[in-house]
Amino acid sequence: MNKVLNLFKKSDIKTTLIDNAMYVILLTILVVVSILRPVFLSPNNLTNIMMNASIRIIIALGVSGALITRGTDLSAGRIVGVGAVIGGTLLQRPDYAAKFFPELGDMPVVGILLLALTVTALLGLINGLVISFLHVPPFIATLGMQSIVYGLSLIYTKSQPIGGLKTDYTYLASGRIGPVPILIIIALVMMAIMWFLLNQTKFGKYIYAIGGNEAAAEVAGVNVVWTKIRVYVLAGLFYGLAGFLLAAKSGGATANYGIGYELEAIAACTIGGVSTAGGVGTVQGIVSGVLIFEMLKTSLQFLGVTPDLQYVAIGTVIVMAVAIDIRKYLTKK
Amino acid sequence: MQHLDIILAMNHISKSFPGVKALDDVSFHVRRGTVHALMGENGAGKSTLMKCLFGIYSLDAGEILFDGKPVHFHNPKDALNAGISMIHQELQPIPYRSISENLWVGRYPSKKILGLFSIVDHKLMRTKSLELLKKVHLKVNPNTALKELSVSQIQSIEIAKAISYESKVIIMDEPTSSLTLQEVEQLFEIINNLRNLGVSIIYISHKMEEILRISDEVTIMRDGKYIGTWQSKELTMDKIIKNMVGRELTNLYPPKTNVPGDVSLQVKDFTSTNHRSFRNVSFDVRKGEILGIGGLVGAQRTELVEGIFGLRAVEKGEISLHGRKLNIKSPRDAIAKGIALVTEDRRGNGIFGVLSVRDNVAVASLSDFVDYHFKLNNRKLNKLAEDNIKKLRIKTPNTKTRISSLSGGNQQKVIISRWLAVEPDVFILDEPTRGIDVGAKYEIYSIMIDLAKQGKTIIMISSEMPELLGVSDRIMVMCEGRLSGILDKEEANQEKIMELATKYM
Repeated sequence: MNKVLNLFKKSDIKTTLIDNAMYVILLTILVVVSILRPVFLSPNNLTNIMMNASIRIIIALGVSGALITRGTDLSAGRIVGVGAVIGGTLLQRPDYAAKFFPELGDMPVVGILLLALTVTALLGLINGLVISFLHVPPFIATLGMQSIVYGLSLIYTKSQPIGGLKTDYTYLASGRIGPVPILIIIALVMMAIMWFLLNQTKFGKYIYAIGGNEAAAEVAGVNVVWTKIRVYVLAGLFYGLAGFLLAAKSGGATANYGIGYELEAIAACTIGGVSTAGGVGTVQGIVSGVLIFEMLKTSLQFLGVTPDLQYVAIGTVIVMAVAIDIRKYLTKK
Repeated sequence: MQHLDIILAMNHISKSFPGVKALDDVSFHVRRGTVHALMGENGAGKSTLMKCLFGIYSLDAGEILFDGKPVHFHNPKDALNAGISMIHQELQPIPYRSISENLWVGRYPSKKILGLFSIVDHKLMRTKSLELLKKVHLKVNPNTALKELSVSQIQSIEIAKAISYESKVIIMDEPTSSLTLQEVEQLFEIINNLRNLGVSIIYISHKMEEILRISDEVTIMRDGKYIGTWQSKELTMDKIIKNMVGRELTNLYPPKTNVPGDVSLQVKDFTSTNHRSFRNVSFDVRKGEILGIGGLVGAQRTELVEGIFGLRAVEKGEISLHGRKLNIKSPRDAIAKGIALVTEDRRGNGIFGVLSVRDNVAVASLSDFVDYHFKLNNRKLNKLAEDNIKKLRIKTPNTKTRISSLSGGNQQKVIISRWLAVEPDVFILDEPTRGIDVGAKYEIYSIMIDLAKQGKTIIMISSEMPELLGVSDRIMVMCEGRLSGILDKEEANQEKIMELATKYM
């Protein structure tokens, strides 16, 4: 009985709230918007949010490896764009009038997906090599890659928008297995894969070890160079998949797809408790970070906030959320 | 009469954290113009007491009187302005800025230009800096960047800073932990000068010889409790140890039960690519033997073992183990060949502070815990951690606890567990008991002797002579990167080691 009473003591409530700040924020947003705009809770709208979040979750999972090893990846968004334009240009309807490659026959979706993943993994590999072997700080290495990749995408697409995607490609985004959209299933599978890698493999333990103390990891015999390279290759794969799905979802692609997504992904990871000091971060946290972000964006639309003001609100929430969340790590007197 | 005057009185201080009573009715009185040593094992509550003084922790009970008046500082800055400063164990200078700027940061001397804008008065700052540097016997240009200075010089800068605040009490936390013997003498001279000027020094250290030499009074704490205050004159090392650990430690070192066998590790003509580091070092170590490596700071002992372990580049030289030549290019190679290294800088390249005890134990041996080629067997990993916690008597709430919340001695045991799990033939330990309390030291010596008994080859770097003499079978001494001699246990004594340690100076 006393225990139950203790739970309601003032200081304990405060501690509990702070320790679970992210979930409290998520819940608060949900409650407030649902009261003001009951439509928000309609199955349609919720599915829509989840589908938007799915692609963002895949990108955030990709960037999280870099963040946990105390790196970062600013090229994430543009590599997403690469996945999108490869899917878009090679998977148009055979009878589409403005085909990007008029001579191209009907290509298999899986084959092109593998091609897109190969290219984006290669871009990740270059990031990893530059960071590991040339010792360029990840911020700069991936900033350079961001620009290079964008340029290449523009050259490849001749700066043209791509449309007319074939239906078995767009089905990836519009289709459902039973009541559940395929997109959400893919995101769940990627979450499971990332969770497994981080928690159940040597690779994952080494990611945390490098982020926790790179010098100590070296001494403990961790292959720091190889692990970091794998982190960026893995990230490339996640971005490639996300881009491929993004094109399928919107029925087309341009080289501008994915611009700025890296910052949203990094912000979402940070909101979700991935420490910028390295060594800390969980899949659960990352996913709730992305969900908070997407909920917030949709909520603001529902509340009729103008797009311009939405930027201000989102920026404020990122900073506030992290400020609240970080309190649980600050030394308590 | 002046010496009876109490400048700082902490009365009946208590402080609890969830689940622990960190300080229990502790009183601590420091007289004006004295050096007062504060002693106790790690975890005895010394740093908690100091944090209470500086307002980093709030008091549960008790009062603090400074210069006769009750005070309540909210942060270290308050205390500093009132006249209490602290020289930390790990100095935190701004490395790329000058001595002057480090001295005056936060309170730069300023002047007005056009009667309006306040700007930094660099000329005045330089003059004031030079005055201060003279007081701590430093002959360096105040424009030198801090990163150019040695640890002892940076420490002197910190002391100069304390003087500039006209501090009446200066707290020094393990001030000699990374100083050479000569630098220690210089520090003691500065301390004596300060004492003569009426400044009180609170001297926190584990080094008993130093404390008996420099301090006037000694206060000992144990398990968060005040044990007593003595005149240093009436204390002996035995008496200090007895009061610190609360029992008689009849032996500081466990009985040597290991028996050296055949030669296992051979190092020939080992030479660093850095010409100021180790060169032409050749030695053998036997199975079941503990080889101590002695020498002064700067003798390049750490560099040598890190070279053997593949952490540093080597120009020439050979290592062979059990007669087979080894090609070691990285720590990974060394580990694969059966060599383990417990590094000197535990926080820098030993522990993973944010990770759990379990992950800290397992990180070097994960390959042995993989099922189906990639999945880790978490059940076995937990068992590994639990077994080691039991075997080495590591004090931790559980295997998931973050290692950073353990005491230094327990962290060291976790790192030793990490290497035990790799089952190496050669165990290199670099200053394995630095910053660790007496009880834990004994346990670490026992582990080393036990490993030697099992036929492992042990190499231990130590800067503490008694430890070298107490644990080693042979002692190899280095000076300025060269091997200056190897002594058998029977012939070794402090004088001979010191002679070899200064041979090429």
